[in-house]
Amino acid sequence: MPTDIDAPEILMRNVHKWYGIYHALNDISLAVAPRERVVICGPSGSGKSTLIRCVNRLEAHQGGEIIVGGIELDGDERKAEAVRRDVGMVFQQFNLFPHLTILENCTLAPMWVKKMPRKEANEIAMHFLERVRIPEQANKYPGQLSGGQQQRVAIARALCMSPRVMLFDEPTSALDPEMVKEVLDTMVELAREGMTMICVTHEMGFARQVADRVIFMDQGRIVEEAHPQEFFAHPKSERASLFLSQLLH
Amino acid sequence: MIAKLILAHPDASRRLGAFLALLLVTAALYLLGVSPDWIGYVLPGSVDWLTQHPSYGRILSAFLIAMILAANWKALQTLSRFQQIVAVWVELFALLMLFFYSFDLSFAFIAKKIGFLITQGVTTTLYISAISIVIATVIALIGAIAKLSRNGVVYGLATFYTSLFRGLPLLMQIYIIYLGLPQVGYVIGAVPAGILALSLCYGAYMTEIFRAGIESISRGQREGATALGLSPSQTMVLVILPQAMRVIIPPTGNQFIAMLKDSSLVSVVGVWEIMYLARTQGQTEFRHIEMLITASMIYWALSICLEYIQARVEERFGRFNVR
Repeated sequence: MPTDIDAPEILMRNVHKWYGIYHALNDISLAVAPRERVVICGPSGSGKSTLIRCVNRLEAHQGGEIIVGGIELDGDERKAEAVRRDVGMVFQQFNLFPHLTILENCTLAPMWVKKMPRKEANEIAMHFLERVRIPEQANKYPGQLSGGQQQRVAIARALCMSPRVMLFDEPTSALDPEMVKEVLDTMVELAREGMTMICVTHEMGFARQVADRVIFMDQGRIVEEAHPQEFFAHPKSERASLFLSQLLH
Repeated sequence: MIAKLILAHPDASRRLGAFLALLLVTAALYLLGVSPDWIGYVLPGSVDWLTQHPSYGRILSAFLIAMILAANWKALQTLSRFQQIVAVWVELFALLMLFFYSFDLSFAFIAKKIGFLITQGVTTTLYISAISIVIATVIALIGAIAKLSRNGVVYGLATFYTSLFRGLPLLMQIYIIYLGLPQVGYVIGAVPAGILALSLCYGAYMTEIFRAGIESISRGQREGATALGLSPSQTMVLVILPQAMRVIIPPTGNQFIAMLKDSSLVSVVGVWEIMYLARTQGQTEFRHIEMLITASMIYWALSICLEYIQARVEERFGRFNVR
């Protein structure tokens, strides 16, 4: 666990989660410092997505404690909503709202959660749409955009709430290969600007490029935790070296 | 074997098929007992022959009608799609009017009564239906959310309600509310009783429609909204319901049209809506069929208006579905 002077942005201590009798998260302890970029990888079903979905309480954990930005997620729905205002999330399936235009997708939360006037929300939305380089699509509907464009909108939509932390749940897994790069480039820029990030991804190039730390999970446990250079060159556990040998890079 | 023959001689088999179809229609019309009298009206010279050969007359009549149908079909094929639709509507409407005309109706009587049927009957039917539709929608929305609730008490209440009010005939509900509520001390007027019964009954049906609509929206939508910090009620109103509307509107439109017509059941407790007036106004001069047909046409016209509104609303909620 890093011993920064800063209080960790995200702190998980001995977190457990079960789905019925299936032990999805087994004694997870993890601290993420402000501005830190963490990449989580591991075979499917290892609990990666469950872990980051516990950070903004899309899933409830059953043992241990999770503290995000100083707020403990203890089942109080108001605390969970407070955490979600500061934590942006990007999903594998984008989850854009198909009945709203791109601009409306981006202004919905600022206007209804932060009670921001429409004009200001529009300005902020256009600012972030320019940053992900699709301001010209603002008045289209999500169904009219390519997968890569939709995912960049999803990133812009999350950024409009000016979150302190961004969670990425396999953001490129549902994309056609030629669209992966445009989304990763956006994420790299975000990382360079000092956003605290947790990314569940199999993009090892991205992990090498921006991660401060790689976490390898298997069967609900954190098996290995290391700097990317070290993790890719000399994985300590057998499970991790097997996993890496099966990835194409 | 037959398939091979058909493939080898496409034109011949098409002609043979058409001929068989013609024969079949002729036979069907003959068996239905089509009368040959109309030939006599069209060709007065043939009357003698027809009276001498009644069975030949019937065969000829069936064959001629089949030929007319075939000619009509051929003629319609030459039109554009839109013209075909209009032509079919006009033809069938003319036939329906012809059918009513054959009843030997007194149009003077209809003209005398139709004003009252519209000012009193249509107004009453419309306001009973409109109020019931609004209340039923509210009930359906609450019921659907209750049915999706994890709270057992709420879920139990919702399922008991839908089960009971979908399980009882609407006519029975109207009687029970109108005659039963006074037993426990609430004297209720006929109109409020009718509105209450219609709302509760249709609310129960529409609860299922709304629930299915809400469930049809993928879990990702709720998660996306939740992750942005929206509260559950904001998520429902801003994200889930607008999308669910696309699934909800077509069957709801059907319910509205059905309710408009089922409001005629309220006549049993003496509300002066279309059906009640149709029955009572005809009685005085023993002209029941005039009033019933007039009332039917009024219901039909109202339903067409609702269909039109439904199509408009569907368009409005489907607009984001562009690709």
